[in-house]
Amino acid sequence: MAQFFAYVQHADGVIEDTAAELAAAAKAMGADSVTAIVTGSGVDAAASAAGEFFNEVYKIDNADLAYPNAEVVRKAVAAVVPAGSVVLMSHGTFAMDMGPGLSIKTNAAYIADVTGIDGVDGTTLKVVRTELGGNISTHVNADIANGAVITLRPGAVEPAAGGVGGAVADKSGEAGDLSAKRKFIEVVTPEAGGVDITKAEVLVSIGRGIEEEDNIELAMELKEAIGSKAEVSCSRPIVDAKWLEPARQVGTSGKTVKPNVYLALGISGSFQHLGGIKGGIIIAVNKNPNAPIFQAADYGIEADILEFIPALTEKINDL
Amino acid sequence: MEILVCVKNVPDTGEEEIELDGNDLDYDELTYVVNEWDNYAVEEAIQIADKVGGNVTVITVGNEDADEVLRREMAMGAGNAIHLEDEAFEKSDAKGVATILKAAVDKGKYDLILTGAQADAGYGAVGGMLAAMLDYPYASLVNKIEVGSGKLTVGREIEGGNTEMNEIELPCVLSIQTGINEPRYVGIKGIKQVSGVDIPKFAASDLGLDESSVGEEGAIVKRQDYFIPEAGEGAEMLEGSDDEIIAKLIEILKANGGL
Ligand SMILES: Cc1cc2nc3c(=O)[nH]c(=O)nc-3n(C[C@H](O)[C@H](O)[C@H](O)COP(=O)(O)OP(=O)(O)OC[C@H]3O[C@@H](n4cnc5c(N)ncnc54)[C@H](O)[C@@H]3O)c2cc1C
Ligand SMILES: Nc1ncnc2c1ncn2[C@@H]1O[C@H](COP(=O)(O)O)[C@@H](O)[C@H]1O
Repeated sequence: MAQFFAYVQHADGVIEDTAAELAAAAKAMGADSVTAIVTGSGVDAAASAAGEFFNEVYKIDNADLAYPNAEVVRKAVAAVVPAGSVVLMSHGTFAMDMGPGLSIKTNAAYIADVTGIDGVDGTTLKVVRTELGGNISTHVNADIANGAVITLRPGAVEPAAGGVGGAVADKSGEAGDLSAKRKFIEVVTPEAGGVDITKAEVLVSIGRGIEEEDNIELAMELKEAIGSKAEVSCSRPIVDAKWLEPARQVGTSGKTVKPNVYLALGISGSFQHLGGIKGGIIIAVNKNPNAPIFQAADYGIEADILEFIPALTEKINDL
Repeated sequence: MEILVCVKNVPDTGEEEIELDGNDLDYDELTYVVNEWDNYAVEEAIQIADKVGGNVTVITVGNEDADEVLRREMAMGAGNAIHLEDEAFEKSDAKGVATILKAAVDKGKYDLILTGAQADAGYGAVGGMLAAMLDYPYASLVNKIEVGSGKLTVGREIEGGNTEMNEIELPCVLSIQTGINEPRYVGIKGIKQVSGVDIPKFAASDLGLDESSVGEEGAIVKRQDYFIPEAGEGAEMLEGSDDEIIAKLIEILKANGGL
């Protein structure tokens, strides 16, 4: 049986919640024992925190790993995992940066954004994923005889319980040459100011279903009708098209919001969008009855938003 | 600067519900478009070439229908196109596609290779795999590029709207994130202008590829089917006439502090 590893991300000595999901996913793939890999500079706190969920923790401590530059981390990880290993990561911008290259360098299968695990049959790993923007699901078989690099969608599996108490093994000496042709400079955070959608009690949130820039007005009118507790937010394509400013984008690469009510209008419900909604009830209006947003929402309405929004605005104004 | 941009023909899922034919897609019901992310990559390549000089070549691994995608991107302003087509390429996994692209890259000389951050199957894998095969540095989810001498300064989009700035040596591979620019509009006229252009095609043998290393035979990751998941707990659907639905919705808004 392959050896199982989980690359555990952390910041300020605190490991990401997804670590417990990686531990559970490895178990679902039949792992008896799972080893965490924690890289960075001065990572004792994070490494011992990882011991909570993993049977063993490989610590790779090196000044070159102070910032998780995927091109550097990949070398360190490839150096410490034996051939044929399964390496799990949480599907986010770091895994997208490191995973594909790691799979080539370790000659392993690469399976991205796994949403479910059916199990292992011999050397065939069976998983579930989505395609076409989350609009359809697929079963996928991968031959993991030579190992695998697997990225797991955040929230896809129930996190494992803690209390494992794995010991930390210092593998810093085995990381090898960490030189790279890509150098990290700095992280730039967007300027604050302008609209703050994180404080709104009601979000009138529009997606690509709004179809045209001129139709943004419909959302603005609904917001006005609801009053000062409401604000207009949106999904990413609306910001990409420059129809609304970046501060209004909800999602993993935008803002995290927790309004009382989130009105998702013409939004399909990609996991990157849903990842930014952390509370309140979701009411979705979409003309596609199979839109994934209806799986995440509390209430759903199958309708054309270009007709529905003005009708709702009118009724609220009449109250 | 010689820039190669990898582009893919993908099903358009914007408007319509996806229809299944058994456990496969109903291909008759699908229309194809260029992968959304790839348009941003081509636009970025054109803007870089306009600024610092150079040529933009678009490349795809795909069947004859993919020709349309190459012409669309040429109409945007890419000067050259390469079509990698062979029955042996069909049903390649991401590693197979990267293997085919690598063979084509080896026949040319490119300073910069761009891909989209992800395509229809949501892997986001081909760019990073190609870079690792070429031993070029890679950066994913790039939303900003500044050209320096022998290197680029690139911004990577990371969580929370933050940007991670990096310096990366050329030649390199970058995957491009949406929003980096505003892809130019392509009209019918532009497409007509390139309709007669001869696009070179290469098959496995032209690329010196072992057929068993690509396509279905070479694939280690294989999709088995398509399915619509059982509706789980899901949303409570509001039904009735338009007026009834809106009345119910207003009650729900009131009950939850929305009005
Ligand atoms: C690294 C990364 C980070 C990302 N971060 C974010 C993020 O922070 N936030 C984000 O939102 N996305 C993000 N995305 C993009 C995400 O993957 C999706 O592409 C995006 O969320 C889709 O937006 P949408 O739902 O508005 O559009 P679509 O997926 O195109 O959905 C449009 C929906 O509108 C419906 N519709 C169309 N017309 C109508 C109508 N007239 N009436 C009713 N319904 C209609 C359709 O049925 C469809 O369900 C990210 C992607 C990547 C790769
Ligand atoms: N068949 C293909 N031909 C050319 N480029 C491709 C192909 N498949 C994927 N790519 C490139 O790789 C990117 C990421 O695709 P994927 O790894 O499939 O998510 C795409 O945006 C394209 O730039």
